Amino acid sequence: MTLRYLVTICALVTAAAGSAGGAGAQGVPKLQYEKITLPNGLEVILHEDHSTPIVVVNTWYKVGSGDEKPGRTGFAHLFEHVMFMGSENVPVGAFDKWLEAAGANNNGSTTEDRTNYYESLPSNALPLALWLDADRMGRLLPVMDQAKLDLQRDVVKNERRQRVDNVPYGKWRETVLATLYPANHPYHWPVIGSLADLSAASLEDVKEFFRTYYAPNNATMVIAGDFNRDSTLTWVNRYFGAIPRGPQMPARPAVPVVTVQRDTFLVLEDRVTLARLHQTWKGERIYHENDAPLDILASVLAGDKNSRLYKRLVFDMQVAQDVSAFNNSTKLDGDFNILVTPKPGQTPTRMAELVREEVSRIVADGITPRELARALNTRRSSFLDQVASVLGKSDRLAEYNYFAGTPDWIQQDAARYDRVTAADVQRVAAQYLTKPKVVLTVVPLGKKDLMVMGGAE
Amino acid sequence: MGNGMHLVVAPVTKLPIASVIVIVEAGASAEPTGKEGVAALTARLLPEGAGDLDGAALAERFERLGASVESHADWDVAAVSLTALTAQLPAALALVRDLLRAPVFPEREVARLKEERLAELLQQRAEPRGLADEQFARALYAPDVRYASPPEGDSGSVRALTRGDVLAFYAARYRPAATTLVIAGDVTQAQARTLADTLFGDWVGDSPAPVVTAVDTAQSGRLTRIVSKPDAPQSELRVGHVGLARGAPDYFDAMVMNAVLGGLFSSRINLNLREAHGYTYGAFSAFEWRRGAGPFVVSTAVKSDVTGAAVREILGEIERMRRDEIGEEELTLATSYLDGVFPIRYETTAAIAAALANLVIHALPDDYYDRYRDRVRAVTTRSVLRAAQAHLHPDRMRIVVVGDPTVIATPLGEAAGMTPDVMVPERMERPA
Repeated sequence: MTLRYLVTICALVTAAAGSAGGAGAQGVPKLQYEKITLPNGLEVILHEDHSTPIVVVNTWYKVGSGDEKPGRTGFAHLFEHVMFMGSENVPVGAFDKWLEAAGANNNGSTTEDRTNYYESLPSNALPLALWLDADRMGRLLPVMDQAKLDLQRDVVKNERRQRVDNVPYGKWRETVLATLYPANHPYHWPVIGSLADLSAASLEDVKEFFRTYYAPNNATMVIAGDFNRDSTLTWVNRYFGAIPRGPQMPARPAVPVVTVQRDTFLVLEDRVTLARLHQTWKGERIYHENDAPLDILASVLAGDKNSRLYKRLVFDMQVAQDVSAFNNSTKLDGDFNILVTPKPGQTPTRMAELVREEVSRIVADGITPRELARALNTRRSSFLDQVASVLGKSDRLAEYNYFAGTPDWIQQDAARYDRVTAADVQRVAAQYLTKPKVVLTVVPLGKKDLMVMGGAE
Repeated sequence: MGNGMHLVVAPVTKLPIASVIVIVEAGASAEPTGKEGVAALTARLLPEGAGDLDGAALAERFERLGASVESHADWDVAAVSLTALTAQLPAALALVRDLLRAPVFPEREVARLKEERLAELLQQRAEPRGLADEQFARALYAPDVRYASPPEGDSGSVRALTRGDVLAFYAARYRPAATTLVIAGDVTQAQARTLADTLFGDWVGDSPAPVVTAVDTAQSGRLTRIVSKPDAPQSELRVGHVGLARGAPDYFDAMVMNAVLGGLFSSRINLNLREAHGYTYGAFSAFEWRRGAGPFVVSTAVKSDVTGAAVREILGEIERMRRDEIGEEELTLATSYLDGVFPIRYETTAAIAAALANLVIHALPDDYYDRYRDRVRAVTTRSVLRAAQAHLHPDRMRIVVVGDPTVIATPLGEAAGMTPDVMVPERMERPA
């Protein structure tokens, strides 16, 4: 995911802000909501929570980097930046200025499948956020010009340098994506795009993209928090009601099947002091029946101090500086990743052997009930964390509405995990992690000999 | 409490959860000379073994309770924090008691965490942001000042630490009279009091020696330094000097002044570098608030070929801040933001607990948060100018850039008005 700006402002509180890691066997609460669709197709989801005098407006457009054309990678995210440059009634710079003056935090983010914009603000400022969002949804183009595009192009190029090019190991993910997903798959390229493609983006591209995707009938707006339903709906109708419906969204071309035929070994020289091993297998799309078991498998492998890889490589053998595992699943497909940084003097090849041993043990012997229970506990805590803030709840509602087809899905989402058995975890380990994979070794300059080159089953 | 330990409780009944932070007067500023990093190592070792449980068993216990515990030390204090369901709070807090009162500090884990810190320092040599922060601190403070080296210690000091050092630091600093238990969440004052008495009431020990607030002697004059990263596509910039302590009487003026200068998205420095020039993805300024005078720093990462221009703009904005009174509109934007965002910042029990811990760490009055918004509103354009003139020092500016010297040395030198010195990370195992 790529954000419009990184929050580096020191919060008022500088001490020990522990994560709200939360809770054991507690049910996940239902999120009450009301969903209304305006005549122009805009979906509005309301969720009232009067415990704190704040409100969040969180608007999701069903467009992401997966909708980009060849030669224009990174455009969906670049466009997201342009959306903050003012609209017909909002001068350049005023969008952020007016919101900050109202005590609001705001940002936007782009993924492969969707783009969102949110404002989190004191309740009494809700009309301002709605009006600003409506002006840019309905009237962005009359004041769009080359200078706005050029400026944000420079900002985004710097974002890429700051998050990818000038970061140790920063290019690992896009290197793997380009190998794992075929060239005509929407996940073949990274959300941030390439510098060359960003350079190529034109003002005409901006206009066409807006006309194609930024219409009320391609958007869902969640309003969550402390607001009055009736007056809010009056504002929504007044500000958004007159924005005309756009054309039917173009369908994405059929997605090619992702298969890794044989183990593929890649090496990337980078300015790093320690090598790092990245192994990626094909996974599944979000909410697929094996998605939740794969999440649990990632926790069992590297989720905490007692996880298999952490315990053995970092704690017992002390051969690795860090290990991590994650299951990435989104709209069309997914991938499963294990990363290991060997300690000085240890080799990536040895790490690959140890990972294979641990995966084989799960495939052969399964996992213990304790391991399953721990992973499920962690998962439940993260559900409660997500609903601890109004912004978190607005994201849940918007995500379920888009990916599951209804905002009312948090309990079903939690239930997916409750149903996972130890046998499921063993089964998905066998089904996915014994298949061919993409193996990328990022090595210090001049140390290509550290590359992992074999070890296929 | 009878043993000198403090208890702070904020009942919040929104959800059936509670957040706990235990703070101990055992931060890096309390370290003996030559033992830099022992505070962080001690705090991180607490969950690695306590009572008759080893680290793995402790982690398992916390996980069974659905609570993950975190411990660390910063400049001022050590802190152990967790969030748990109210129903599990007594059991979770009993484990926290064991961490604090009966840590084992296993030899093996001492060695492991030291190794991990050393490898992290090795990795940091290639990590522009961390490298810039570290080298900026060294450029700011006199070498014998604790703030000059990282709170977790540098490779020389960490390598020399022993289990004996950890035990000695623990024995000297972890005492009931130096400890505050903060609980925010679904508990009553009476429940919290009973819990604290049961778990900590029989913990005895004298008051530790008071912490001498770190001497914040600044390096003198201006400095411009390039930390070499050949072929870097971007320059990581740090521009600033020693700032002021959290206890400064004009804290609110300085904070609002910084919000106008570079604390918000719509601040002068970000609007200039990002929104007017497109030099960067973001540029911000901050006072790092500690008990002693922490850094004032402008941080950004800019495309290599505009490094000189970016430094010129930053210095220009700092000069302008000192020269001209700000407009009413700018003041209102900053104060309205700080006022309005207040409830958003304190939405969760963890955030409330952290805010209360902050009161304790900085000895702020109990009604601090009640009066916070009024005090922000009381700042004027004149008091902002006074704060800028008192606390921004162009003549002491230290400019540290991690970047490619072949591209940036000349323009940087022109912008700074002095020839930069160049350091090579591989050769600075322990720079002076």
